[in-house]
Amino acid sequence: MGQLNTTRNMAQADDVYEMLIDAHEGKSKPESDAFNARLIITLINHIGDKEVIAQALAIAEG
Amino acid sequence: MTMQDRYPLAYKTYPYAKCADQEAEAPARHPVVVVGGGPVGMALALDLALKGTRVLVLDDHEGVGMGSRAICFAKRQLEILDRLGCGETVAQKGVVWNIGKVFHGEEKVYEFNLLPEDGHKFPAFINLQQPYFEKFVLDHVAALQAQGLPLEIRGKNRVDAIEQDAEGATLTVMTPDGPYQVAADYVVACDGASSPLRKMLGLGFEGEVFKDSFLIADVRMKADFPTERWFWFDPPSKAGASQLLHKQPDDVWRIDFQIGWDADRAEEMKEANIRKRVAQMIGDDVEFELVWSSIYTFQCRRMTQFQDGRVIFAGDAAHQVSPFGARGANSGLQDADNLAWKLQLVLEGKAPPALLASYDDERIHGAKENILNSTRATDFITPKSEVSRQFRDAVLTLSKDHDFARPFVNSGRLSVPCTYDGSALNTDDALPAGPPRTRPGAPCPDAPLDEGFLLGRLGRAKDAAFQLLALDAEVPEAFSAHGIDCEVIALSVAENDMLRERYLGGARSAVYLIRPDQHVAARFGSFDAAETTEALGRAIGKEL
Ligand SMILES: Cc1cc2nc3c(=O)[nH]c(=O)nc-3n(C[C@H](O)[C@H](O)[C@H](O)COP(=O)(O)OP(=O)(O)OC[C@H]3O[C@@H](n4cnc5c(N)ncnc54)[C@H](O)[C@@H]3O)c2cc1C
Repeated sequence: MGQLNTTRNMAQADDVYEMLIDAHEGKSKPESDAFNARLIITLINHIGDKEVIAQALAIAEG
Repeated sequence: MTMQDRYPLAYKTYPYAKCADQEAEAPARHPVVVVGGGPVGMALALDLALKGTRVLVLDDHEGVGMGSRAICFAKRQLEILDRLGCGETVAQKGVVWNIGKVFHGEEKVYEFNLLPEDGHKFPAFINLQQPYFEKFVLDHVAALQAQGLPLEIRGKNRVDAIEQDAEGATLTVMTPDGPYQVAADYVVACDGASSPLRKMLGLGFEGEVFKDSFLIADVRMKADFPTERWFWFDPPSKAGASQLLHKQPDDVWRIDFQIGWDADRAEEMKEANIRKRVAQMIGDDVEFELVWSSIYTFQCRRMTQFQDGRVIFAGDAAHQVSPFGARGANSGLQDADNLAWKLQLVLEGKAPPALLASYDDERIHGAKENILNSTRATDFITPKSEVSRQFRDAVLTLSKDHDFARPFVNSGRLSVPCTYDGSALNTDDALPAGPPRTRPGAPCPDAPLDEGFLLGRLGRAKDAAFQLLALDAEVPEAFSAHGIDCEVIALSVAENDMLRERYLGGARSAVYLIRPDQHVAARFGSFDAAETTEALGRAIGKEL
């Protein structure tokens, strides 16, 4: 059973954050929403572990 | 007394005839009365009658209803019918299919192959109009009745009231000659999704209603679409929000259009409008005949308990699912399969009445599994919220180019037989190296034998006896315990790799205790009389 990594893990945080915002540049709200949905599905597949995803969902819930 | 039919008949198989019970001073008593002669009621009645119990079926119509409804029947259901003697007839008429394609707009996003495993008598799925299915079962019943099968069907006998006590129930039955009463030790309610018996007993039917409606058109046409299941999300024809095309026998095709919750039903059901939608889908130039059409909405719901004293519910009366996944009739037949032998043993006094509680447990387990799968498919096909639609569309869009997204596409997870994991009737697995697929609770998978198939020898229709299946193990010629004679079948896996793979796995020998419904009750590495006796006692409810 996997464990969600909740320690600092992204060395180039600023770069990646900028990539994320840039990706939405010029997109309408519906286009951005659709983009986010595709991104989430893609990352979920990469994680590939139901337990880890459950932990991530709990964190997102706040 | 006139009794209006609620639906037109395809076959008038059991016309009304006045019977002696209607003149009786006191209600005549029957061991089992089955209310409802649909696929579930008939399968159950046939199973019980083959085992020797006198069964009375009451149905408010005089035969099989028109209109196809179910078209996809799964392998397990053909195996159940085969045990009852009519699996081959049903399978022969059916259309065999393996490939399913999913489209999003113009593009194909996904294709699956049911990849039938070798060495099974029956294919993974067949398509067959429900009236044919019911007719073949009734023809088989009629042939057996002529040889003395203790099964009586009374058409235009509508159950209007029920009263029950600890010993049984009394039904008030309406006929064209007026009402009469019959009494029964057990009543099995197979009276369909709107089950009048469930309402008469004030029992709940909780679940979810989906806010969408579907128009079905069964059309006859000479078309060269392949024998595959085609499902469209957002079809290019715009004839519906989703669309399904599936072949049936006799050049008939099932077309399903998702037309939305607010659709004007009367308007949509006009033949001209249906023809317009169909033409949008198959093309203006294709000639077709409209065979049957209907609009349906659906629910996923079930009763909290399937048994209420002496009344037991089965099929749609007990649970209802959306059609996605073909789990309606398929799961109803598993109910019948599960209940028949238990009721038989209880009526014979060989098992305690508590055994019936295991029907409740096992089939509620099945119903939960079906409702879960069916609800998930429905949520994918008819997303309930904006965000749900966004994820659905994201999956479909990604699936075109990326294989990783395809497992998320859900146009219906097709019915597979239920394994009764955790059932109180199971004995803990004592064959650790054995294959998981034949663990206690599982339905036995088929395998080829020198002559015929394994399932042809398991689960005898004619009594509620258990069997011992020994594979390369020393066993006595016969085994008997708790008043039940078990037939012993000794086989060798030498030169039978499929049998080895499905029943031995890494083990060298095995002894399986098999229930009359072909589910595994227990399995061991070798035969031990005391262990087998204990397992058999557990499997017939002695520990409940
Ligand atoms: C559009 C559609 C597509 C479907 N596709 C599939 C599929 O592909 N595969 C699948 O497995 N399932 C499918 N189903 C589900 C399947 O049709 C049902 O699950 C199945 O018919 C249930 O059988 P049943 O015997 O429980 O009930 P029913 O077939 O409803 O039979 C109930 C019987 O009880 C009788 N009755 C009712 N009230 C009384 C009374 N008071 N007294 C006496 N008799 C009474 C009725 O007249 C009827 O004969 C589909 C359903 C629909 C609507």
